[in-house]
Amino acid sequence: MREIIITELTQALQELVRAVAHYLPRLVVMLIIAFLGWMIAYLLKVLARSILRLTKFSKLSENAGATQLLHQAALPSSTELLSRFIFWVAWVGFILLGVSVLGIVGLQEYISNFFLFLPRLFVALVILFFGLLAASFFSRAALLAAVNANFRSSRLLSISIRIIISIFALSMVFEVLGVAKETMLITFGTAFGAVMLSLAIAFGIGGKDVAREFLEKRLATGKKEEKEDELSPL
Amino acid sequence: MAEETLLADDFLRQLINVGEVDILVGLPTHNNAKTIEPVIRAIQTGILKCFPRERAVIINADGGSQDRTPELVVGASIGDVWSASKVYALRTMHSISTRYARSPDPGTALRTILAAADLLRAKACVVVSPDSTTIEPDWIQRLVLPVYNDNFDLVSPIYRRQKFEGALMRNLLYPMTRAIYGYRVREPYASEFGISGRLATDFLTKETWNDERSRIGAEICLTITAITGKYRVCQSFLGPKAQPDRSASDLVAAMRQTVGALFSSLDSSFPLWSTIAGSQPVPTLGAPSEVMLEPVRVNRKRLREMFATGVAQLEPVFRSILSASTLFELQRIATLDVSEFNYPADLWAKTVFEFAASYHKSVISRDHIVQALVPLYRGRTLTLLLESRDGSEEDIEKSLESLCGEFERLKPYLLEVWADRK
Repeated sequence: MREIIITELTQALQELVRAVAHYLPRLVVMLIIAFLGWMIAYLLKVLARSILRLTKFSKLSENAGATQLLHQAALPSSTELLSRFIFWVAWVGFILLGVSVLGIVGLQEYISNFFLFLPRLFVALVILFFGLLAASFFSRAALLAAVNANFRSSRLLSISIRIIISIFALSMVFEVLGVAKETMLITFGTAFGAVMLSLAIAFGIGGKDVAREFLEKRLATGKKEEKEDELSPL
Repeated sequence: MAEETLLADDFLRQLINVGEVDILVGLPTHNNAKTIEPVIRAIQTGILKCFPRERAVIINADGGSQDRTPELVVGASIGDVWSASKVYALRTMHSISTRYARSPDPGTALRTILAAADLLRAKACVVVSPDSTTIEPDWIQRLVLPVYNDNFDLVSPIYRRQKFEGALMRNLLYPMTRAIYGYRVREPYASEFGISGRLATDFLTKETWNDERSRIGAEICLTITAITGKYRVCQSFLGPKAQPDRSASDLVAAMRQTVGALFSSLDSSFPLWSTIAGSQPVPTLGAPSEVMLEPVRVNRKRLREMFATGVAQLEPVFRSILSASTLFELQRIATLDVSEFNYPADLWAKTVFEFAASYHKSVISRDHIVQALVPLYRGRTLTLLLESRDGSEEDIEKSLESLCGEFERLKPYLLEVWADRK
């Protein structure tokens, strides 16, 4: 009995030692990969930061309204945020590469899924950025055109355009990421419909006086308004 | 001769048939059938009266007219002019028309005219607006003679205007061009002008034609090219200027054409204008500038309202263009009633310079920057109306001089905001 226990314990210990001996080099390799990965990720971060600064990405992000959003959320600048994002994606990628060297069954699938997800994440980020940029540009263009045409609800029109384009961009982002596809589709449809309906109601209520004035002017024959001169700028 | 590619084959053939000329009159048109005939008659009479021995040609660059404008230009008979003026030309006067595009593009129209002048080696080239219903035959003489006899390269016009007309010219284009480039050219964006063959040839080689923003305001770029290229510039008094019907939307287009092109020109010419201080007069031929004092009915309340609405609604846009102090001042002015409304000259000059610097830095879309200036310009126009309401010609001139003085005084401020890395 005693001998059996000793034999089993010795065997278990030997197996443990064998397992450790089997995994230790892999662990070392993983740590080396993680360390090298950290260095590469850091270099990528520095490189990305320089490129973004050279290309005046912060100005583009300011135009897109992203800087304002980040500032409100007490987050670092868009250049810093993007370079940090590149660092973490690269480093996590290397760590997972290292983990795959360990050969742990079941983890392999998650790791390959992560690498398959990366291009979609990148595409989603690009869509989000250009979506915000388009929302900012078109809402400002609408605001300027409306103000210069003396349209009363210029800000409302501009905000509506910004919201519609942002929702559209977000729904595209979620679709690319494959997150809650149906929910996002329904949300987008509902939000878009609601915005359109509210605009139609607002236009109807706001425009009824204008329509009445227009008709009165058209139909009334006796009352003539004195015409004022338009100043020529040139 | 690279410009030959710009000209259609048929047009080129017609130009070759004409041969070398002394005077070329360019007429950029688009649906001007209503006004073109008296303009053509005045041009023909002007050439017959003053230049009967010179070889002359009228070139019509049309932007896709649907109302037979080109046919009216080409078909205008010189015989009528002969019988009316009792003067006969010793040379044949040609009238040629070409359609440069299906839609109007003032820059391409001017380029076509200048390319024709270059090809025909014209000594003097005159461009006349087809809307100029007030044109007199003498205008041709006044625009051509300084080039032809006195070797001037650019003859810029001076018009007799109603005191509130040309507000953009008086409030912004003239004072800013004068402060920036140091020459007192009253009409830097002219619809009628005369240029020498060498300036036309030089201007054709400029980058203006490759930049969309500069091309739409080619006329102001021509003036700037003449000034910065040390060409001989003079002004010639023409007479009353006809004012075409304009709507509110035309103001935005006019701002793009003029202010956009002026702001755009500052980028490339910075080394030159940054060293200029003060300004010098340019030789002026004929009577001095005059203003008509007839009253004009303008809705002042509406102008104030559009200014105040613009300042309030465009606040987020202004935050990226203007300094905090300027924006604060504008917000204060926006609360004033019409009776006490005043957008002072120094604040207006600072506003324009901050816009120019923001345009240079492209803090937002450049077109949006120009559009954002429109409501503020309306505010300044209201001040001009209130200031000049009962003013004499002398008062109006004094007020303009004072505005120009502010632009010149604040030029170091422009250099400061220009260099500031915001």
